[in-house]
Amino acid sequence: MSINATLIGELIAFIVFVWFCMKFVWPPLNGAIEERQKKIEDGLAASDQAEKDLQLARDKATAQLKDAKSQAAEIIEQAKKRATQIVDEETHRGHEERENIIAQGHSEIEAERNRVKEDLRKQVASLAVVGAEKIIGREINEAAHSDIVEKLVAEL
Amino acid sequence: MAAEEQTLQGYIKHHLTNGQVALTDDPTNSFMVLNVDTLAWSIGLGLIFLWIFKSAANKATLGVPGKWQCLIEMVVEFVDQNVKDTFHGKSKLIAPLALTIFVWVFLMNLMDLIPVDFLPALAGQIGVATGAVESSHDVYMKVVPTTDLNLTAALAIGVFALIIFYSIRVKGMMGFIKELTLHPFSAKNPFVQALLIPVNFMMETITLLARPISLSLRLFGNLYAGELIFILIAAIGLFQLPLHFVWAVFHILVIVLQAFIFMMLTIVYLSLASTDH
Repeated sequence: MSINATLIGELIAFIVFVWFCMKFVWPPLNGAIEERQKKIEDGLAASDQAEKDLQLARDKATAQLKDAKSQAAEIIEQAKKRATQIVDEETHRGHEERENIIAQGHSEIEAERNRVKEDLRKQVASLAVVGAEKIIGREINEAAHSDIVEKLVAEL
Repeated sequence: MAAEEQTLQGYIKHHLTNGQVALTDDPTNSFMVLNVDTLAWSIGLGLIFLWIFKSAANKATLGVPGKWQCLIEMVVEFVDQNVKDTFHGKSKLIAPLALTIFVWVFLMNLMDLIPVDFLPALAGQIGVATGAVESSHDVYMKVVPTTDLNLTAALAIGVFALIIFYSIRVKGMMGFIKELTLHPFSAKNPFVQALLIPVNFMMETITLLARPISLSLRLFGNLYAGELIFILIAAIGLFQLPLHFVWAVFHILVIVLQAFIFMMLTIVYLSLASTDH
């Protein structure tokens, strides 16, 4: 019950235990715990970051998809427009060509008619001259009376 | 000797006597005596503490810790948290000191939960079997080292030495002396101040000395009383079993609490010592 030399022995034991704990037990244990805590903290932060990144990527993909869709719609719209335009143009050109061909035909016919007319006129002139020669007899000078014939021809 | 064991007084007295070895031939010299049981159990438990924590420290990795590893690390973290909350200076000593005190005192207190007769009776049988003693009653052994004032006083003296050491290291020798002499009463007049110095010194010294004394006596008193009640319960015969169980359950709280209080007060005292007023 009373204080005796045990006190000194226990004091030495206490000092040795504390020293040993301070030297060999506490630093590795606490170091490992703190390092692990840091690792877990980093891991949590990284997972948070990854989640954020994923959300960002998802948003981006959605936006891109939307963009692509609207672009595609636009392109289709444009293509439709262009197709209509081409059809219109072609129709127009066809009409024009037809008109041209018809006009050309008309003019050709006109020209042919004129030529034939001219021909006929010449023949009629000569026929008239021949006819006149026959009627008046043979004394008529062809050269002296050609102006009358010419006039006659022009009247035809 | 055997007749003495039959009486209640004898039984209790036997349980409360340390196994002692005298270091001198002089029987009147009561100081040069070693309480062999206290020393053996406390040092053994201290070594168990160091072995457990050292092996946990060796196995500590960054990977996922096992359950046992987790338990050890929980204790370490618990102590570390308490130290960080209370002690704001930087010290490589405080946390391991607190851990040592907490776990060591806890293990020593834990011996209290072993039924009071087991180990002393076993030691007595071994003593008889090896022929060292005539009767098993001649073997004295207290298995709870914290019921020995020598141990609690040794812990308190160690803490007290550290209080002085930290005070002097942080405040300097003069600062420490000033703290002892110029508080709590101070005066502008030098003559009055000189008169107040002895009063201050006396009060501060009492404050300072009260710390290790209260530390050691609190632990000793709680565990001694608990042990005594265990012995009394063990003495009543068959009905001791439920009573023993109830008291043991209650005592689980006490042993943890006392270890925690000792640790906490150590941290608080050292943090007070290392802060300037």
